[in-house]
Amino acid sequence: MTTQIFRDSAADRNFRAKWWTGRVVIYGLLIFWAIVALFPIYWTMTTSFKMAPDVMKGSLVPWWDFTPKWLGWKSLGLSPGTIFEQSTVRGEFLRRFYNSVVISVSSSLLAVALGSLAAYGLSRFSYKFLWMKNADISFFFLSQLILPPVVLALPFLVLYRELALLDTQIGLILLYTLSVLPIVIWIMRDQFAGIPTELEEAAMVDGQTIWGAYLTIILPIALPGMMAALILSLVLTWNEYFFAALLTSTYANTLPVMVASQTGSQGISWWSMAALSFAAILPLIIIGIGLERFIIKGMAAGAVK
Amino acid sequence: MSEGDLLHVVASDNIGPTRRTLGLALIWGSPTVLGLVALAQTLQAWAGFDFGFTNWRPTLYAYVLYAGCLCWGQVLVKGEQGKRILFVLPAALFVVSLTVFPLLFGLVIAFSDWNLSSLDGRQFNGVANLVQMWHDPFYWNALTNMVWYVLAILPEYVVAFALALMLNADIRGQKFFRVAFLMPLMLSPVAVSWMIGKSMMETRFGPLANLMKHLGWEEPSFFSSPWIAKSTMMLMDAWTFIPFMMIMILAGLQAIPKELQEAARVDGASGWRSFWEVTFPLMLPVSITAVLIRLIFKLKLADIVITVTSGGPGGATDTVTSFIFREYRDRSNVGYGTMLAMVYLVIIIVAMTLLMKAADRYMKSSY
Repeated sequence: MTTQIFRDSAADRNFRAKWWTGRVVIYGLLIFWAIVALFPIYWTMTTSFKMAPDVMKGSLVPWWDFTPKWLGWKSLGLSPGTIFEQSTVRGEFLRRFYNSVVISVSSSLLAVALGSLAAYGLSRFSYKFLWMKNADISFFFLSQLILPPVVLALPFLVLYRELALLDTQIGLILLYTLSVLPIVIWIMRDQFAGIPTELEEAAMVDGQTIWGAYLTIILPIALPGMMAALILSLVLTWNEYFFAALLTSTYANTLPVMVASQTGSQGISWWSMAALSFAAILPLIIIGIGLERFIIKGMAAGAVK
Repeated sequence: MSEGDLLHVVASDNIGPTRRTLGLALIWGSPTVLGLVALAQTLQAWAGFDFGFTNWRPTLYAYVLYAGCLCWGQVLVKGEQGKRILFVLPAALFVVSLTVFPLLFGLVIAFSDWNLSSLDGRQFNGVANLVQMWHDPFYWNALTNMVWYVLAILPEYVVAFALALMLNADIRGQKFFRVAFLMPLMLSPVAVSWMIGKSMMETRFGPLANLMKHLGWEEPSFFSSPWIAKSTMMLMDAWTFIPFMMIMILAGLQAIPKELQEAARVDGASGWRSFWEVTFPLMLPVSITAVLIRLIFKLKLADIVITVTSGGPGGATDTVTSFIFREYRDRSNVGYGTMLAMVYLVIIIVAMTLLMKAADRYMKSSY
C-alpha cells in the first residue's frame, strides 16, 4: 500500500486547471481559424466533383452525402475520360495557363535580377545623382509601392496602343516587373545588409573584379533571400487581375481574366466554374505548402530590422 | 543606410583615349539616333510625311538601344566607377521609363477630353475634367468608401495580432497551422471572389448562407443592402490579407528576446500585463510597418469588387480603382478617368506623407 505523501497544493491544482482551459481555448481558436482559412478551398475542390442536385442540396462530404463525379473536370476537358480527346475548352484553358506561367515567371525573374543588382549596389557603394544620395535613391525605388495601378493603367493603355504592345505578353511582363520591383528591392536590401563586406574584399584581394565577386561569392550566399523574393513575386504576378483585364483581350489573357470572364455569365454551371477556379489556384496551393518558409522569410524581411 | 562606401575598391583604371572616345560616342551617339527616329515618327504623325512606320515601335527600339549604350558607355568612360553605377543604373532606367514617362503622359491625358471610342481623338479641355469631377457624386462616394475600407484595417490588425500570438505560443502542429493560415494570401483574388462571393454566399444553397439561416438570419443576402454589402467586401478582403499582417507580426514576435518576458514574469506581471507593458510596446515599430504596408495594398483594392459586385448596390462597395475601371470599360473615357486617378494619387501621396511623418515623430518621441 502506498499512500501519497506529496500533494499539489490548492494553488497548484488551480494553476493546472487554468493551464488546461488555456490550452483548450488556444487550440479551439486555432482550429476555428484553420477552418475559416481552408474551408473555401475545400468547398471549391468538392464542388468541382458535384452534380447539379448535390450543389442544390448543399452537400458537403464526398461519399457520405454525395457521390463524386468527374462532371466539372469533364467540362474543362481534364477528366480521365476526356483527357485524350479533342477539347476546345481545354485548349483555351491551357493557353491561358501557359500565358500566366510565361508572364509571371519571366517578370519575376526580371524583377529579381534588376532588383538584387540595385539592392546590392545601394548596400555597398555610395551614389550621387543630381541631388539624390543613396537614401533618396532607395526611397525612390520603394516609393513606387504606393503608386496605385489605376494611375498607370490608362496612360499605359494609350501608350501600348501606339507601341502595338496591347494584348502582348511582353507588355504585361514589363508592367508586372515594375509592380514587384520595389518589393524585391526591399527584401534584397535586407539580405545584402546582413552579408559582411569582408567577403568581397577577400575575393578582390584574390584578383576578382567587383562583378566577379558579386556573381561568385555574394549571389550564392544571398540565394535563399532571392528565392523568397522570387516566390513572393510569382504569387503576386500570378494573381494580378487589374492590368491583365485592361491590357489584354484575346492573345495574352491570363488565368484570372479567364476565371473572371466566366463568373459574369448567367446560368453558371457550378461544377465547371469550381473546377476552373481550383485549377487556377492549385499551383499556388502547391507552392504555399512546399515553399512556405521562403514566403514567410520574404515577408518577414521588412518587418524586423 | 550609412553613407560612404562600405566596400573600398582601389583599381588602377587605365582608360586609353580610344576607349574613352568610344564610350563618349556611345553615350552621345545613341540619343542622337533616338532623337532622329523620334523626329521622323513625329513628322509622320503630324506633318504628313510618310516614312512607312505603322506604329511607334521604332522609337521604342531606339530608346532600348539608348539605354543599353548608356550603361555600356558608363563602364567604358568611367572604368571601375562605371561598373559600380552599372549595379543601380538598369533598375533606375527601368523604373524611370516605366513610371515617370507614363505619369507625365498621364498628366497630358488628364487635362484633355479623350474618348477612345470616338473618332475625334484627343482634345485639350483645360480644367473641365476637374469641374466634372467636383460635381460627380459617384467619385466622392468611392472616396468615402475608401475611408471605410481603410478603417477596416484596425480590426484586421487586432485579429492578425491575436493569430500571431497564438502561433508564437508553445503549440503542437505549428507548421500545419502556419501553412493553413497563410493559404488565403496565396489565392488569386478573382478565384476567391468566385469561391466565396459567388458560390459560398449564394443565397439558396451556399454553405455560408445555410450557416446564417441556422443562426437565425431569415433570408441571408450578402449584397443587397449597402452596409451589408460593404461589410461583406471588407470581410472578404480581410480574409485574404490578414495572413500578411500576421506573418509580419509573427516575425516581430519571434525576434523579441525570451528573457524580457521571463523577467516580466519573475517580477510578477500577469500574462495580460506583460503583454501590454512588454510585448506590445516592443512590437510597435513592426506593427506600424505592417499597417502601413497593408494600407498601401488596401488602397489598391479592386479585383474582388470588380468581379463580385461591380460596385453595386448603388455604388455602396465601389472603390476608386473599380470606379475608374468601369468608367473606362463602359464609356472608354480615358481623359476623365486619368484625371480621377491623378487626383487619387495626389490624395494618397499627401496622406501617406503625413502618416509617415506622424509615425516617425511618434517613434522618436517614445524612444
